[in-house]
Amino acid sequence: MAGSDHSHHNPDLAHHFENMDQQRQSSKLGMWLFLVTEILFFGGLFCAYVVYRVNHPEVFVFGHHFLDKTLGAVNTVVLICSSLTMAWAVRAAQLKQRTILMLMLVLSFVLAGTFLGVKYVEYSHKWHHGLLWASRYAPDAHILAEAGFEVPEAHVEEAVSERAEGAPAGETIPAIEALPVDETTPETPLDEVADPEISKIGPAAAGPAGLATAGDRASAEAERHAVSVDPANARTFFSVYFLMTGLHGIHVILGMIAMLWLMKLTFQGAFDGGHYTKVDNIALYWHVVDLIWIYLFLLMYLID
Amino acid sequence: MNQAETHQGPHVASVKLLLVVWVALIFGTWLTVSVTYFDFGAFNIIIGLGIATAKAVLVALYYMHLRWDKPFNAFIFISAFAFLSLMIGLMLMDTSQNQPDMIPGFGAVVESGAAPEMP
Amino acid sequence: MAEGHSAVVTPMSGGASGENYLTTGKGPLSWLFTLDHKRISVMYMVCILGSFLLGGVFALLIRTELWSPGATIMTADTYNKMFTLHGAVMIFLFIIPGIPAALGNFVLPLMLGAKDVALPRLNLLSFWCWLAGATVCLVSIVVGAVDTGWTFYTPYSTTTSTAVVSMTLGAFILGFSSIFTGLNFIVTIHTMRPEGMTWFKMPLFLWSLYSTAIIQVLATPVLGITLLLLIAERTLGVGIFDPALGGDPVLYQHFFWFYSHPAVYIMILPAMGIISELVSVFSGKRIFGYRMIAWCSIAIAVLSFLVWGHHLFTSGQSGLLNMIFSALTFTVAIPSAVKVFSWLATMYKGAISLAAPMLYVLSFLFLFAIGGLTGLFLGSLSTDIHLHDTYFVVAHFHYVMFGGTVIAFLGGIHYWWPKMFGRMYSEFWARISAALIFVGFNLTFFTQFVMGSHGMPRRYYNYLEVFKPYHQASTVGSYILGVAFMIMAYYLLHSLVRGEKAPENPWGGATLEWATASPPIATNFEHEMVGLDPYDIDSLRFDRETGNYVRKDPGSIFSKRTGDE
Repeated sequence: MAGSDHSHHNPDLAHHFENMDQQRQSSKLGMWLFLVTEILFFGGLFCAYVVYRVNHPEVFVFGHHFLDKTLGAVNTVVLICSSLTMAWAVRAAQLKQRTILMLMLVLSFVLAGTFLGVKYVEYSHKWHHGLLWASRYAPDAHILAEAGFEVPEAHVEEAVSERAEGAPAGETIPAIEALPVDETTPETPLDEVADPEISKIGPAAAGPAGLATAGDRASAEAERHAVSVDPANARTFFSVYFLMTGLHGIHVILGMIAMLWLMKLTFQGAFDGGHYTKVDNIALYWHVVDLIWIYLFLLMYLID
Repeated sequence: MNQAETHQGPHVASVKLLLVVWVALIFGTWLTVSVTYFDFGAFNIIIGLGIATAKAVLVALYYMHLRWDKPFNAFIFISAFAFLSLMIGLMLMDTSQNQPDMIPGFGAVVESGAAPEMP
Repeated sequence: MAEGHSAVVTPMSGGASGENYLTTGKGPLSWLFTLDHKRISVMYMVCILGSFLLGGVFALLIRTELWSPGATIMTADTYNKMFTLHGAVMIFLFIIPGIPAALGNFVLPLMLGAKDVALPRLNLLSFWCWLAGATVCLVSIVVGAVDTGWTFYTPYSTTTSTAVVSMTLGAFILGFSSIFTGLNFIVTIHTMRPEGMTWFKMPLFLWSLYSTAIIQVLATPVLGITLLLLIAERTLGVGIFDPALGGDPVLYQHFFWFYSHPAVYIMILPAMGIISELVSVFSGKRIFGYRMIAWCSIAIAVLSFLVWGHHLFTSGQSGLLNMIFSALTFTVAIPSAVKVFSWLATMYKGAISLAAPMLYVLSFLFLFAIGGLTGLFLGSLSTDIHLHDTYFVVAHFHYVMFGGTVIAFLGGIHYWWPKMFGRMYSEFWARISAALIFVGFNLTFFTQFVMGSHGMPRRYYNYLEVFKPYHQASTVGSYILGVAFMIMAYYLLHSLVRGEKAPENPWGGATLEWATASPPIATNFEHEMVGLDPYDIDSLRFDRETGNYVRKDPGSIFSKRTGDE
């Protein structure tokens, strides 16, 4: 019944367990359940993503022009490599190879740091050009032109997207139309231009009296749209982008902290006895961080 | 790799296996990026998700040891995705039915305001 | 065999040295940093009952305000804050952790014959998360109590000037507490069952905690991301839920109820588990339909994820989904009804003892039946349109949550009190208080069914003169409840000091927690236990001298495995 590692006086065995096997299975099952909560935690954001993308595809087609496919691919490779090193670290811990374990942890840490570095480059680029989440979304003409949109230069200055304060509520709302991606966009496939995907849901309007608080937003939005090339609510793309990659980035940082902790334990020789559960669990966590990125890369960077 | 792995003992993945999976994952990434240069219409997203899921399965089976782990751990991991798709599916079913006419009188306002207005 | 274990079989042994978990280790730090599930459970119990008191005070203030139309004791703004805080405190601080963290934590390892839960550190972390979350919530109440209703619906929650961020942050942290408890229970039940205890020899309370834990693990993260999005909405303006920024407020409701509907099953499922234990013990009979009750717990847990949309019937949810959710809502009635029938069948021709815990069981059956059946009115689309957002919903919710969960929680406290603290409370006052709660509860909430069906909207500060008699009856009922709880607080606290010493097994329960001392020693059992049939009441006989139920074959519950340590 008991595994080969059953030991009567194993210092790693907690008092309430009968043997190491039971202890390891418990901690592993706990980790898998925790991963389930992680999946569902991110799942909420994926759900928001799917709902907005299916209902407003043009927003996502527009938005993805501003993400750097190359940097995204580089980061995917970086994370896959770190997954390899973490899996290798587990093997090293199982085989009690302290030096290799340490090496693999350091490599994983460096790769995770690289990932964040690349992410920093991407974020700062967007920050400089006003490609931010909804309330701070104010793309400058330069970046729009760079992505292949024709921008009337004169209007650029006015194209700020601060929420209009104190606009008269209940006013009849001017038109807000989802604009198709500009035909000069080099990356846009032809058939998409011929048959522009537009929102399946019409834009909100003031509607009957009593629903009118949308008024200030809609008039501000309309004002902006007179001069801009982005579809209505293009800002939603950047909100989703920053929320998803931001939450993922936080998980990367947490993973790096966990790796540092493992390095400390390795240095102290905590895994020399072959009790590798901690390495195993953190590796599992890290692989999930990798898995989520695999999907994020596809869904954010590779839209058409 | 010894006898122990066949029974209760933990499975130790060989370096060769780890590297083969790594190569496959890198290849998958290359493939996902390259297919975006071709247009398969509605299949774009399906192909993309298919490759991503294949990569995810590789990671789960080999790097996360699910292949040698207790089946119950795999079960709970999969159930997370099942509940997630349930959530996404039902919410999508609702929002994709949103119509301007759901509130009587509201559709007319939208219609009148929604005339194309190209800059 | 029996001789070797005589120390345990004798009542009030309290271990060879007379030590128990309450006396092992002294000082506040020995409590705050304990890994002992029993101490964590007691700390949870104290904190949770404190929250219950706080939420109860809010409730009494609301009811007092509603004594007459217009201003009675507070302004409309204060009233909005009061009902929000009553809801938020009762839900997030009291009722969600209530049974699992306070009673479950104590009983679960004991029922498994285990020394502790599988992950004791995580258990302590769960309690700390609760403390941290509760602190943030309390600070939020002081600096700018929320007035959004406990559901934090957008777009109001993104525009109100009250402390939405800190309140949701508190609830977010409390979510971790709930997840960790649930995760721990699943792992413990999987890996720590004793020799001989197969899945279908587990006490039903463990089945219900297991189903609860499934929901806690699967649903709570969604609440976490929802609240995080709401915080991001307010602090950054991400516009996922805010229509002013192109977001969809109904999406918020979907997100919120994807967690919060399953959450009401987090509240009721462990209550059902308690009832399953109590009804068998106090009817002196084996539980009827063991397997069906066990499976129904799992079925309810799974179905709970499929019905959230019935909260959105009047929120502009699509007609198709309304129909789907309405139909699915009815299916939850099936496993719930199976359980109620099984409990009734257990009582049939039983030797029913009307001890205080059993009075709560009877209250539960009566009130839960009303609460459950009125749920069907609300699940039907046509009647829901009329009843939605009226006092009918308030009454339905309280019949299930108070009449169901709280009543079962009280039954559980009275049942396990002797085990937890080794003292018996005054049976006389316990019965008085149980009866007063039953009367006060029905007076408070049955009138609300009537009011609601006549169209009194919920959450309103003011009302028409015609509703005045109902509101006043309801307020009187709430005062009766207040008195009943004060009596309970008195006799329970009194028992800690003056109460008779409790025997090991005062009620005649056959589950393993009754096979150790009252209160148990720090490591729970002195011997390794085996899992026998948990409802084999006939294996016990009553010992008049000690007032204790003892096993006819005392050695049968100890493992025959030779101690190899």
